[in-house]
Amino acid sequence: MTHVTILVNGEPRQVAADTTVAALLGELRLDPRHVAVEVNLELVPRGAHGRRALADGDRLEVVTLVGGG
Amino acid sequence: MSLDQVSVPVAEKPLRLGKHVLSSRLIVGTGKYANYGLMAESLAASGTDCITVAIRRERLIDAQGRNLLDHVDTGRYVLLPNTAGCFTADDAVRVARLGREILLGLENPGSDWVKLEVLGDTKTLLPDPVATLAATERLVADGFQVLCYTTDDPITARRLKQAGATSVMPAGSPIGSGQGILNPNNIRICLEYLKEGDPEYPVIVDAGVGTASDVTIAMELGVDGVLLNTGIAHAADPLMMARAMKAAIEAGRLAYLAGRIPKKLYATASSPDEGTIAPAKPR
Repeated sequence: MTHVTILVNGEPRQVAADTTVAALLGELRLDPRHVAVEVNLELVPRGAHGRRALADGDRLEVVTLVGGG
Repeated sequence: MSLDQVSVPVAEKPLRLGKHVLSSRLIVGTGKYANYGLMAESLAASGTDCITVAIRRERLIDAQGRNLLDHVDTGRYVLLPNTAGCFTADDAVRVARLGREILLGLENPGSDWVKLEVLGDTKTLLPDPVATLAATERLVADGFQVLCYTTDDPITARRLKQAGATSVMPAGSPIGSGQGILNPNNIRICLEYLKEGDPEYPVIVDAGVGTASDVTIAMELGVDGVLLNTGIAHAADPLMMARAMKAAIEAGRLAYLAGRIPKKLYATASSPDEGTIAPAKPR
């Protein structure tokens, strides 16, 4: 199986080629309702998580809500 | 007349912020509490129905899997996501969109607004007015209701309103400083400019209040509400301070509506001048 290297919140990570955003969130055991995902500075809406395949070198931000003022 | 009959309804009318209607004029932040339980209790004690939240990277390895959302009743509060920590308009727009995406997933009504912070530096956490204005324009164009954190400069405040801000939120003093309302005259001028011909335009004092009297002073100036976080979260007893802040909002709002007496240089007797007994010795 071929793998690609992506950057998730600044950390390099190997995933299977054609892994989608939805699959990645599953691997990370994150509740998709609690996070938002940006790939290469562009928001990926929740409805597109299952379609958006990740490519080598993609830079992801996976964010959630935290306490703040 | 009984006490009940003389009591005045405190929420004489709800606070309208764009499409949102809030019963409390206090907006409370969710940061810096010693633990989530104390946060939840303090929020409840403050009487607020709107709480701010920040957007941060998911910690990918958290053994306990703790999340703010496990401790906040998102059906009870309107969430107001902020762009804290952003130093450019580009990043603030990105964070606002990420926050909207999360709130849409939560089906929270706060998905249509943002508390915009674009900061100038880490030492003062004062806003960058040029970048704040640019971000406001872009977010308004993107359909956001934008609540702008800004300084107490009336000219900047007016420019932000002209750019389409739903509310302008001047700081009383730097974020988390607890210095209170440093320049009440500037807040007065902000109010005059922002409410000229538009008396319902909401103005919120955001940041810097340290204790209950600071909140009351802000409300007595005629602002529509106060947004605070550290003043409660870092009080020695946050729960008690939350109650104090609730009372302070109500006291200040009532005093503003009631209309204070003018300040005078000399005394004015409260008891009648006439009918006093004859002095033993002529005065």
